[in-house]
Amino acid sequence: MKAVDFDYEQPRSVAETCRLLGETGREARLLAGGQTLAPLLAMRLARPAVVIDINRIEEFQGIDAEAESVVIRACTRQSRALADPIVQSRLPLLAKALSFVGHVQTRNRGTIGGSLANADPSAEIGLAALALDAEIEARSATASRRIPIGDFFISPMVTALAPDECLTVVRFPLPQGAVGTGFREASIRRSDFALAAVAVQLVLERGVCRSLAVSLGGAGATPVKLTAIEHKLLDTRLGDAELAEAGRLAHDAIDAVSDIHASAAHRRRIAGALTMRAIAEARDEALAGRA
Amino acid sequence: MSQHEIALKINGETCTARVPARLTLVDFLRETLNLTGTHTGCEHGVCGACTVLLDGQPVRSCLIFAVQAAGCEVVTVEGLAPDAVGMSVLQDSFCEEHALQCGFCTPGMLLSAHALLQNNSAPSEEDIREAIGGNLCRCTGYKQIVQAIALAAQRLSVANAPTADLPKRP
Ligand code: FES
Ligand code: FES
Repeated sequence: MKAVDFDYEQPRSVAETCRLLGETGREARLLAGGQTLAPLLAMRLARPAVVIDINRIEEFQGIDAEAESVVIRACTRQSRALADPIVQSRLPLLAKALSFVGHVQTRNRGTIGGSLANADPSAEIGLAALALDAEIEARSATASRRIPIGDFFISPMVTALAPDECLTVVRFPLPQGAVGTGFREASIRRSDFALAAVAVQLVLERGVCRSLAVSLGGAGATPVKLTAIEHKLLDTRLGDAELAEAGRLAHDAIDAVSDIHASAAHRRRIAGALTMRAIAEARDEALAGRA
Repeated sequence: MSQHEIALKINGETCTARVPARLTLVDFLRETLNLTGTHTGCEHGVCGACTVLLDGQPVRSCLIFAVQAAGCEVVTVEGLAPDAVGMSVLQDSFCEEHALQCGFCTPGMLLSAHALLQNNSAPSEEDIREAIGGNLCRCTGYKQIVQAIALAAQRLSVANAPTADLPKRP
């Protein structure tokens, strides 16, 4: 349980980080909160020659409200985001998801961008980001680009980021209208890795669902959008029959894995139940107008 | 392998050292400084035995490298007691309520609970359980630990009251 020997760099700016990454590429790992990377190092599943610590870079910290979106910089701590009034009032789904992320002790170090860039299939932040249709900004020494969250997660622990790219910012667009959100998760013990988790954001217009996003995580290799449910439930009033149909679709659609924690069949059943509950939670919230 | 000069405050005392980059904060505390009150269980962020306060916030010291703590303030279980022979109100409450058996989880539990009580003088049972949710205990079943933290909260609030009554059990 000891990391391999590595060199340690502590750049002072985003530009310097990108330059270092450009020089070292695959040999390097970025160290944000370390709540995923440090265990990988301890188990020697990661053996970088260089660790680039970005914790002390001001430009990587903070949360800004823009006209139509909220921007969270990569190295913003999860505990800070959870307590942030902008997140609480404008990104209620992310706030709900964050309360399920690890424990107090890990949220005090873990970051928003670090969780996304590590792409753990059971991570709640990525799941919420998918339902919220977030956009990732990435920068290298020579270029910067925006990656839609739908193209970001490739497989467990693998993202669309190139070895010389650094995630700088996550942008969450804000929906208009009577918005409701729901987040449900099942795990063996609270705060353990999710067996399955569902994030929902929807917009109602006089009780009719005009926009719906359902994402499911923990059950397969990456979080997925359940678009079949979205199509089926759009323009309905999300009554009991529609919810039951959504549960069935989630149960059948997902590509669940079996492991020591749960069988694939069990995960599918959980996913169905959680989907129904998360949609109902979001619907009720939108109807109550407190989203 | 890179080596780094660091200076940080540990339990109020400034300390300087030269550390290899891969040395974790918990190993630095235990092996270099001989502060063996902080325990190592899993060494990869699962058990919470290594919990310390970093700039006032509870964190897992096995998931931080010593070099990262440069310039920070660290509090370990050795820093909780008021003097070499005494115990803090929280520590005393753990004894009172039989909140430890083997004691392996205790330093981590104490730091998590200490951080809670710093910010919340009247925590609910739910608050207490949330605060120690990242600390595993194989012995007690947690009930006595929760009771001990509640007792400490009550004693501290009485002690801080303007006309202090003698502390009583809740
Ligand atoms: S030793 Fe750090 S969490 Fe177990
Ligand atoms: S008292 Fe033994 S592990 Fe908690």
